[in-house]
Amino acid sequence: MLRIDRRLVANIEWPLLLLTLLLVGCGLMTILSATYQEGQPFSTHFVKQSIWAVAGLVALLVAMFFDYRLLHRYGYVVYVVSVLSLVLVNIAGIRGGGAQRWIGLGPVSLQPSEFAKIAVVVVLATNLARWAGGSRLAIGRLLAPIALFAVPAFLILRQPDLGTVILIGLVAFSVLLVAGLPLRLVLIAALVVGPALPFGWQHLKPYQQKRIVSFLNPQADPLGAGYHTHQSKIAIGSGMVHGKGYLQGTQNSLHFLPEQHTDFVFSVFAEEWGFVGSALLLLLYAALILRGFVIAGKAKDNLGALLVAGLTATVFWQVVINIAMTSGALPVVGITLPFLSYGGSSLLALLTSIGLMMNVSMRRHAY
Amino acid sequence: MFGSHEVPVDLRRRLVYASAAASFALLLLVLRLWWLQILHGEDLAALSENNRIRLRRITATRGRIVDRRGRVLVESEASYDAVLVPEDTKDLEGTVEILAHYLGQSAADTTAVLERASGRPRFQEVLVKRDLSFEEVVAIETHQTELPGVSVRVTPKRLYREGVTLAHVLGYTGEVSREDLKRSNRYRGGDLIGKSGLEQIFDEQLRGVNGGRHVEVDAVGREIRVLDKVDAAAGNTLVLSVDLDLQRSAEQALGEQVGAVVMLDPRNGDVLAMASQPSFDPNLFNGGIRSEDWKQLIGNIRKPMTQRAFRGQYPPGSTFKLVVAAAALQEGVINPFTKIGCSGSHRLGRRDFRCWRRGGHGQMTVIDALAQSCDVFFYQVGQKLGVDTIAKYARMFGMGEPTGIVLGHEKGGVIPDRHWKRERLKEPWYPGETLPVAIGQGYVTATPLQMAHAVGALAVGERYRPRLVLRLEDAGGDVVESIPAELVGELEIKGGVLDEVRHGLLEVVQHPRGTGKRAAVEGIAVAGKTGTSQVVTLAADPKDSKDVPWNQRDHAWFVAFAPAAEPEVAIAVLVEHADGGGGKVAAPVAGAVLEEYFRMQLDFGPVRYAEN
Repeated sequence: MLRIDRRLVANIEWPLLLLTLLLVGCGLMTILSATYQEGQPFSTHFVKQSIWAVAGLVALLVAMFFDYRLLHRYGYVVYVVSVLSLVLVNIAGIRGGGAQRWIGLGPVSLQPSEFAKIAVVVVLATNLARWAGGSRLAIGRLLAPIALFAVPAFLILRQPDLGTVILIGLVAFSVLLVAGLPLRLVLIAALVVGPALPFGWQHLKPYQQKRIVSFLNPQADPLGAGYHTHQSKIAIGSGMVHGKGYLQGTQNSLHFLPEQHTDFVFSVFAEEWGFVGSALLLLLYAALILRGFVIAGKAKDNLGALLVAGLTATVFWQVVINIAMTSGALPVVGITLPFLSYGGSSLLALLTSIGLMMNVSMRRHAY
Repeated sequence: MFGSHEVPVDLRRRLVYASAAASFALLLLVLRLWWLQILHGEDLAALSENNRIRLRRITATRGRIVDRRGRVLVESEASYDAVLVPEDTKDLEGTVEILAHYLGQSAADTTAVLERASGRPRFQEVLVKRDLSFEEVVAIETHQTELPGVSVRVTPKRLYREGVTLAHVLGYTGEVSREDLKRSNRYRGGDLIGKSGLEQIFDEQLRGVNGGRHVEVDAVGREIRVLDKVDAAAGNTLVLSVDLDLQRSAEQALGEQVGAVVMLDPRNGDVLAMASQPSFDPNLFNGGIRSEDWKQLIGNIRKPMTQRAFRGQYPPGSTFKLVVAAAALQEGVINPFTKIGCSGSHRLGRRDFRCWRRGGHGQMTVIDALAQSCDVFFYQVGQKLGVDTIAKYARMFGMGEPTGIVLGHEKGGVIPDRHWKRERLKEPWYPGETLPVAIGQGYVTATPLQMAHAVGALAVGERYRPRLVLRLEDAGGDVVESIPAELVGELEIKGGVLDEVRHGLLEVVQHPRGTGKRAAVEGIAVAGKTGTSQVVTLAADPKDSKDVPWNQRDHAWFVAFAPAAEPEVAIAVLVEHADGGGGKVAAPVAGAVLEEYFRMQLDFGPVRYAEN
């Protein structure tokens, strides 16, 4: 399976790899700054994340060299394993910050919901590959994808982790759209459901609303959320054009930013590098995302195209939601910034995703 | 096996749309950053200096606790604390010293403050002094310029209006501990939480929801403007079933004696009074109890922190005879006309079991035996019933298990039987052990709450879970939750049998030779039962209880219900190590509280207005 074909090596997707490595580098650098402490050259967070990055690169290589077309046969196996790991989290997971999201494996703990993001893309691509882009999508065909999304979504909601559920929902929706979901249908659904949601919400009593919110998002402090957004906006804005310089951010070093190395890592970056740095970072993400869609378009088959499109969409939605959230344009939900936010499982899953994308790209001429 | 075909045109077209949409979204983000970093960059940079935007909490007012007539027992009032943000002071030590001067603090206090100021997240307030006087608040406000970084914070303080009254039930509050913080993420350092009693059990309902303000401050930490505010939501009010007048009267009737009084409404389980003496003042715990106060409370041999009403377990003595009498009549061991002779003792095997009256009672029916509390009568009856049958009836009356009152750590007493002894002591039951059980001694123990519960069951034929909280109301007075009365058991005993036992208890108080005459209330038919339970078996009969060391003296019991014809209240009185038997010591206490109940009914109308 890991037979390395000379032709495959020749087709290695260098641009994507290069963009990825640049982003991982930016991430490590920012985490170092976000967790920097006087008199300590390297924070433990930085060291740990570096180790995860190395592990991630290994995962990337592994994900690159098997033939992704095996997923036709094993896509559902990947999915079932992922769902089982989520069940395990619900039963015997490690608690932290009011949620139960991790599984302990000796010295490390893994967050199965990060890998569930990939598993959902894999299973949807497998399921939709047969008819994507062909005949008009019948409603009946939507049932299986919806069910495939609903099971992990329910399990993740129970942890609870609303942010990840929203993300997986958006990604599943994106894959369906690319696969051929009629836009008319989407429009009608939006017109029906859209107004109904706030209407229904209004009819709930305040304490019911509070209960739902605090159930879905136990860490959300009704006050803290607004405060965090304030602080994050101040940090980003105070970077101005050129930024305060590396390791010079004050909001961060004074510990005013909440979770400055995870969900709010972008505010640390933006404070230190200013508009110029932030815009460049966004440019890197844009290049990676557009390159992803190009790879999808050039793929050998539907499975490859949908797989890459889905994984690209995952990165896209995370970037958009996270930066919109840290800059105060969206309410705070726990969604991390790809490659920059601290988190081993997240980085490992992302680099595996990149490996899969390169896998598809390498085999575009294969037969 | 893998189909080899190009990706369809439609799919590729959709990927192009996706690329366009993604680019557009990312462009919007760049615009957002431009707006923040370039258009508003300077303003935000100014705010970031010295962290001008701060989050200040608004502590929710903890809910009140009121009695069944709405009289306030516990409430929160504003307390002013001096706090300081070290980062806002130019010279921390200097500021603390000036502050100490205005607040009359010692050098030791100052060092404590400086200690608290180190090793804590930056820009977080440090508490300097709690509960400032009016003069101290004025001093800080007028010398603000000398005291950069110092401010006055308003926090609610718990006020227990009645002091020691009902203290064991109400409990007290204290600062959240490290363990509490670890256990739950609902708390934060410095929060006031319920530590015992109702304050602890209903903490979540009482605490409310904290609010906060985002404020902009100047260079010395003074507020310039409020950016955003979330109001705190006050906690709920706890409406108790307890009547403050009855509670006071129960505590006064006990006086200096050590013991407990529990008064219930047997028709719905309402706890009308629950006294445990001696008591403590929960106000002492405000803002942390001083160590000398704590030592005094813990070191006292009379154990003021102990809730005797349902955590104290005592042999019920002769009060238990009401259970045995009911069992004997129901099982047909005796009938109302059966007479048993008492010669002052009863022989079983080689042992003599004595009656409290050495000379004997002569021929007695069950009613006479209850009225005069004849031990021999019950030895004989108990022997015929056997311990397992006695235990079965005792459990029917709710003994041997906790009654289920909402407060925690309730004790269930002991109702022994063969099975219990085999399990607990790994020994068989000896016939001679049944006799003490029949008069409420031996292994039998019960709490005062259980005995009030049991005599209430006799009064109405049913048992309700003791209900301490009637309802929860929000700060506006709307009912959030009503706690319904809960039927937990019925006596499977014929009405005629119950009437016979009730009659016996009426004779205890009414008959010229009854043991409980001192519980009589004028104009009201009180039915009760006395009890005197041995703590240790003394070698010789003491002439006077005063000759016996305090902690070896007998416990005095009295249980009662009234009015006998249509019972409204049940009461149990226990006096630990009393100066005399139940009739002499406990019955007058019950009489006094019952009298207060019926006097109040004349003044205010029926106590019972809560829905059943």
